[in-house]
Amino acid sequence: MTPRPFLAALALMGVALDAQASEPYLTLASTTSTEQSGLFAELLPAFQAATGIRVRVVAVGTGQAFEIARRGDADALLVHDAQAEEAFVAEGYGSERADVMVNDFVLIGPAGGPAGADPAGVAEAESILDALARIAEAEAPFASRGDDSGTHRAERRLWEAAEITPTAPWYRELGSGMGPTLNTAAAMGAYVLADRATWAAFANRQELALLFEGDERLFNQYGSVVIDAERHSHLKHNLAAQWHAWLLSDEGQQAIADFTVDGQPLFFPNAE
Amino acid sequence: MMPTSDSAFITALHLVLDLDPTLLAIVALSLQVSLAAVLIAALVGLPLGAALALWRFPGRGLVIVVLNALMGLPPVVAGLAVYLLLSRAGPLGQFGLLFTPGAMVIAQVVLILPIIAALTRQQIEELHGEYAEQLASLGLSRPRRIPTLLWDARFGLLTVILAGFGRASAEVGAVMMVGGNIDGVTRVMTTAIVLETGKGNLALALGLGLVLLVLVTLINGAAHLLGETARRRLG
Repeated sequence: MTPRPFLAALALMGVALDAQASEPYLTLASTTSTEQSGLFAELLPAFQAATGIRVRVVAVGTGQAFEIARRGDADALLVHDAQAEEAFVAEGYGSERADVMVNDFVLIGPAGGPAGADPAGVAEAESILDALARIAEAEAPFASRGDDSGTHRAERRLWEAAEITPTAPWYRELGSGMGPTLNTAAAMGAYVLADRATWAAFANRQELALLFEGDERLFNQYGSVVIDAERHSHLKHNLAAQWHAWLLSDEGQQAIADFTVDGQPLFFPNAE
Repeated sequence: MMPTSDSAFITALHLVLDLDPTLLAIVALSLQVSLAAVLIAALVGLPLGAALALWRFPGRGLVIVVLNALMGLPPVVAGLAVYLLLSRAGPLGQFGLLFTPGAMVIAQVVLILPIIAALTRQQIEELHGEYAEQLASLGLSRPRRIPTLLWDARFGLLTVILAGFGRASAEVGAVMMVGGNIDGVTRVMTTAIVLETGKGNLALALGLGLVLLVLVTLINGAAHLLGETARRRLG
């Protein structure tokens, strides 16, 4: 058997195994925070009801999401690193980028257990930079995503702004997603910077608690990027354009505002 | 699929007894993907392993060493290689297979083909050592000996195929990368377990793990019974 018919047969089999092959769909590369918080479970059925288009979400770190889009393996992007999104458009991979919604990062840390409650005293910090300085001063364990995700990039920018170079052994780069990082932080009583959405939906908190929030620097902007039509002609640009437009429409923005966990809204629509 | 109790065992029981349609779909896809991969890998790997046992050619030792080493191929490496191959920017991108169950089948075939071929080679080589003279006296050419030897070794080869199935159904790194863990499309048992662990739903994750373990045990039990029945019939 030559490889081509063999692959074509596999492609057919893939379609046969694909329960939703007959529906129009687009592939969205997005972040773990949007998936794991449950936002997509609310948003995507509303979009499908409005347009008949199903959205298939590949939830990865922001760095990997960009790479998937760059290679032409996703039709649209919904991520949270505005600088990188603008660079992506400037490099010609994306044709358009727009603000969709915000949430914020929160500083999580031990509120009890063997490490004691808040050993670095971040709850009394005046700002997030002060809080990070206190952690570095106390050399209290800090669990970093370490995976080049949007949250990891934001965390690195905060350390830079605080003019601190965090170092091992108290600074621990885990190379994991938000959920696994929270699991590990819970097990070792470490501080961790998390997005509010994943934290709110996270079930294995043990001694962890939200210790610091509300600084302007913790603002977390999500953006939608349309992939450039000329670079990857096989992509579903028409469907992706409808998704992008719907996210920014009154209907899409309302659906984002309506999503709550335990009565608490987690994402705040801010399309212009 | 909400955990109703902190106990993984009770969660697993609830998962099974409630016949949750999402869980059923995930279980069905897991089985379809892994069984398809085992079928393809067996169709290629059994004759390949047998041929490698019968033919002598320069570099044969090296081929055997490489094949044996590939049994330990890390799933995430297999996944990455298949990802780069099937990506739109890759050499086989035009088929649009990435993030489909077809891609997951390919990744699992890459993982278990070396296992099936290498273990088949070893079993057939031993068997051929015993029967070579008999087969030669029957005037059977080497290609004709392959089906005879495979049939004769079928009970041992069943275990080989089950080893391949075990690896395929337990693996997560490769299917996560090439399937994308898309809800309702490419989410299988192992990737669902990773997702629920990430959400901190540890009881639910472990419950799903128990369900997977029971499924694999049932399949192994069925294969064992099949083998035993056939063996007894042979006397």
